[in-house]
Amino acid sequence: MSILVDKNTKVICQGFTGAQGTFHSEQAIEYGTKMVGGVTPGKGGQVHLDLPVFNTVREAFDETGADASVIYVPAAFCKDSILEAAASGIKLIVCITEGIPTLDMLVAKEKCDQLGVQLIGPNCPGVITPGECKIGIMPGHIHKPGRVGIVSRSGTLTYEAVKQTTDHGFGQSSCVGIGGDPIPGSNFIDILSLFQQDEQTEAIVMIGEIGGTAEEEAAAYIKANVSKPVVAYIAGVTAPPGKRMGHAGAIISGGKGTADEKFAALQDAGVKTVRSLAEIGNGLSEITGW
Amino acid sequence: MNLHEYQAKQLFAEYGLPVSEGIAVDTAADATAAAKKIGGSKWVVKAQVHAGGRGKAGGVKLVDTPEEAGAFAEQWLGKNMVTYQTDAGGQPVSKILVETCTDIAQELYLGAVIDRSSRRIVFMASVEGGVEIEKVAAETPEKILKATIDPLTGAQPYQARDLAFRLGLKGGQIKQFTNLFLGLAKLFQDMDLALLEINPLVITDEGNLHCLDGKINIDGNAMYRQPKLREMHDPSQDDEREAQAAEWELNYVALDGNIGCMVNGAGLAMGTMDIVQLHGGSPANFLDVGGGATKERVTEAFKIILSDENVAAVLVNIFGGIVRCDLIAEGVIGAVNEVGVEVPVVVRLEGNSAELGRDVLKKSGLNIIAATSLSDAAEKVVAAAGGAE
Repeated sequence: MSILVDKNTKVICQGFTGAQGTFHSEQAIEYGTKMVGGVTPGKGGQVHLDLPVFNTVREAFDETGADASVIYVPAAFCKDSILEAAASGIKLIVCITEGIPTLDMLVAKEKCDQLGVQLIGPNCPGVITPGECKIGIMPGHIHKPGRVGIVSRSGTLTYEAVKQTTDHGFGQSSCVGIGGDPIPGSNFIDILSLFQQDEQTEAIVMIGEIGGTAEEEAAAYIKANVSKPVVAYIAGVTAPPGKRMGHAGAIISGGKGTADEKFAALQDAGVKTVRSLAEIGNGLSEITGW
Repeated sequence: MNLHEYQAKQLFAEYGLPVSEGIAVDTAADATAAAKKIGGSKWVVKAQVHAGGRGKAGGVKLVDTPEEAGAFAEQWLGKNMVTYQTDAGGQPVSKILVETCTDIAQELYLGAVIDRSSRRIVFMASVEGGVEIEKVAAETPEKILKATIDPLTGAQPYQARDLAFRLGLKGGQIKQFTNLFLGLAKLFQDMDLALLEINPLVITDEGNLHCLDGKINIDGNAMYRQPKLREMHDPSQDDEREAQAAEWELNYVALDGNIGCMVNGAGLAMGTMDIVQLHGGSPANFLDVGGGATKERVTEAFKIILSDENVAAVLVNIFGGIVRCDLIAEGVIGAVNEVGVEVPVVVRLEGNSAELGRDVLKKSGLNIIAATSLSDAAEKVVAAAGGAE
């Protein structure tokens, strides 16, 4: 067991024949991911990396029965790519691209919700179930199949947590980078609920950042719904408040969003918080007895 | 990207929203001339900076003669204005807005932002307009009225009417507010805004709604499709080093400490700053070199970090994902050689080919201290910078 993806997950790639799509599809295939094709409009019928290229996602879905699509197209075209994938019938979309306009994401996310499609990202490293399926740009070799579920807003911070859980010998059930954008396709709560239900996941690492209130909302969710041990780290204690324009941002966040507030909310929910990034592995040992 | 008040009002006017007649000027003589051209016997002069709190800082004044407008411009142009929303250095004033004077019967608040929690554009309105609005929101949240915009259908007139009636508006004001609300919603959508604020939105003595101030922030990710807004960019309001970093796609923020940080990934960069502080040090900056930490970018990053003379040591923390650490190590060596770094440099490489990378650093013969772990790196750089505070 694992969450979102496993060895049977059939994956297609949008932006397949581009530089990013090609490089990361090669890496995914090498890792063992069941890549079944890709989409590049106008290049349908060609063969790329020994896999079929389709003009549309619907065609790719119909022909391959893909379960998931990974998106590497440039930011300006991502709204279209996400909506195309969502309309095709695919149920899991992982969007790696960074720099998508926020208003585009408001529409894409709303539509995915309506169609019951799980969107991961954008601006994220992707999803991996170690030893089975890697969708995204994370380095496969630092992962190890195991018992910790990792969910994070930051790419390189995820790798730090992965490395520590590998070095401690715990390994990972699945790792999900939800991305650092204001409007992520999936939030902490979406992924925490999957980890809570997953038998392989015995403990959870959650990595947040300053800004927004996603960590506070996750804390409330954990308090009510998550029985597995959780270790959390929040980056940005030393980050300056920054220059401000007007009051609207402060009014909507209600003064929340600082690292200290997030730490406090998580502690209140019974989560083991670590103030040092280097202590994630030790924090897990402490609360699990491993 | 932020806009100045005069630019925001220009956009409001284009969307048919009620703003004062005004002229933005950059000399004292032009300020006097602008007042004469606008006419009347009273004017408002407002220094233009990317920050709120200008009134309390003396950046807004009511004047009775065109010459007084000129004197106000003389006083502010070329100076920096410090408000509670700026940093200690303040923001430079390079434009003054000269406007007709508006009679104020009541001050309302109207703002809109993208709310992460509801994943909607949310409009907020209150009868308690003015500078204390955050206090109002904190102490009496029920006085902040909200309307959330469905991303698939857009803003609707009924939402405007609902807000207008709850604000206690009457008669013709309902229609005026509806036009204002729908116009702003369209502006928000068309121009890829992240924040929009009219504080105060006033009711004049004649009972008409009028936008007395305007703040606009634009989604940086959408600038590629907003050529008109790109032209409105005022680089004088940006931090010089941050702007220089941005040219190399480096994300840099200057801080007060003495330990320069160069890290790949924004989250890890923040995490690195935090761990430096946990070990008693004080970070001099936030710097994200991004995914492709090439020699050229690492070199530029070093130049920017070292342009801060407080920097006593530099910590390079790179987690090589796809990029090999030995290549990053060569980039660091090349950069240290080219820039002529005289302060100690602590390097922590992890991930892809990390050991190979550490070997390359060791053999370089340069003043580079290789760290074995994150905590080790933080300890070493704090010691190299002169010890914990």
